[in-house]
Amino acid sequence: MNTFEYLQPKSIDEAQNNFNEKSRLFAGGTDVLGLLKDHIESPEKLINLKNIPGLDKIEYVQGSGLKIGSMVKISAIAQHPLIREKYTVLAEAAESVASPQLRNVGTLGGNLCQRPRCWYFRGDFPCLRKDGGECFAVDGENKYHCIIGGEACYIVHPSDTAVALLALDAKIKISSNGKIKEVPVNDFFILPGDDILRENILQPGEVVTEVFIPEPKANMVSRYLKFTERGSWDFAIVSVAAVIEKSVNTIQNARIVWGGVAPKPWQDLEFNKNLQGLKISEDILKKVTSTLFEKAEPLEHNGYKVPLVKNLTKKILLQIA
Amino acid sequence: MKNIEFTLNGFPMLVYVDPSLRLLDVLRNTLGLTGTKEGCDIGECGACTVLLNGKAVNSCLVLIGQVENQNVLTVEGLSSHGSLHPLQQKFLEYGAVQCGFCTPGMLLSAYALLQENPHPSEDEIKDAIAGNLCRCTGYKPIIDAITAYSR
Repeated sequence: MNTFEYLQPKSIDEAQNNFNEKSRLFAGGTDVLGLLKDHIESPEKLINLKNIPGLDKIEYVQGSGLKIGSMVKISAIAQHPLIREKYTVLAEAAESVASPQLRNVGTLGGNLCQRPRCWYFRGDFPCLRKDGGECFAVDGENKYHCIIGGEACYIVHPSDTAVALLALDAKIKISSNGKIKEVPVNDFFILPGDDILRENILQPGEVVTEVFIPEPKANMVSRYLKFTERGSWDFAIVSVAAVIEKSVNTIQNARIVWGGVAPKPWQDLEFNKNLQGLKISEDILKKVTSTLFEKAEPLEHNGYKVPLVKNLTKKILLQIA
Repeated sequence: MKNIEFTLNGFPMLVYVDPSLRLLDVLRNTLGLTGTKEGCDIGECGACTVLLNGKAVNSCLVLIGQVENQNVLTVEGLSSHGSLHPLQQKFLEYGAVQCGFCTPGMLLSAYALLQENPHPSEDEIKDAIAGNLCRCTGYKPIIDAITAYSR
């Protein structure tokens, strides 16, 4: 790891005033230090946002919703009684992140802004995402890469919490040059076709300050299901978040989001619409999920993700109904 | 170089170090506390686990600047007056130590769990040590040792 200047500002203004093109903002550091060690990024100045007061709060206002500061630790979200009860999908997603040690340090903001795990990106390959000349995954080892949404670059977005937050219709607050803007989760993440060098809309120096999740309807239930190769400490091969409003076992509204399949959390609005009014049964679910990801374009070694998506979706809907 | 104050194993500590060093570097190289091991260097193996404010963290992924004014516990802080902590005794008794490289991290992950949850279930123990890899024991003696201590 190269040496760098280290700053712990006490306010967002101070962080942004000290920021220049050779700086890197970070929170827990569990991803950023890995990027530094692998020489994927080599900033001269590291700016730790974790000591900025007010960014580590969880605040619930009945009737309005839940605000989670960007510096709240993943473990705090996983253990929070109200999140476990009202926003189960988010608690389960947080609980599935990495290991206890990493959840105790990693933050929600950092989890949303982490860089992809593609081994060509992380390894010593001059790939497109590092401003190099080619994507090595296209003709290489692409078992863990995306099956949809890729364009020239085939990463998957590694965040579990992002998948849950999109299903919960959350919004992300960003501090930009003294102003605050708020964007829906779906507009926060971008595809390689939009910009191959970034995974989200953040401009240099912008800071995610808070995530807002609206009040759930009384008949809402939610779950997160994550398929991994190992029982512990792994990224999702495929994950699915389901947020359902139901009466008895009939779906009134559904928001299904998948992780591990695309360069951003992926949803299919038409599928959500098709679920409306359905009475849950194995046969019906088999039918509605059979056409999922028809537009997927798997690479040589990741076609298995298509049936995995269908089966996990069926499984989570059966569990939830 | 910068002065950084923190609490280490119950005692106030002041180090004058490059803030781009990791906590692990300062513990092992600056302070000579080599109980904390370096394994993978990327937060996967848990050999470098220490407690930061009572919570298990990977000291290979924490910069020394991040522990300013915080409370750090390493495996050296578990024993007192030259005698092992009862949890360490149980590790010996149950053969939970073979090569020993994972042991300091295992002890601290288990200790953090037991501080919050004195009588954990087997699943809770497995969850707590999910970030600590052991290539010798097959984990069972470790789980048995932690269970025995909690009884």
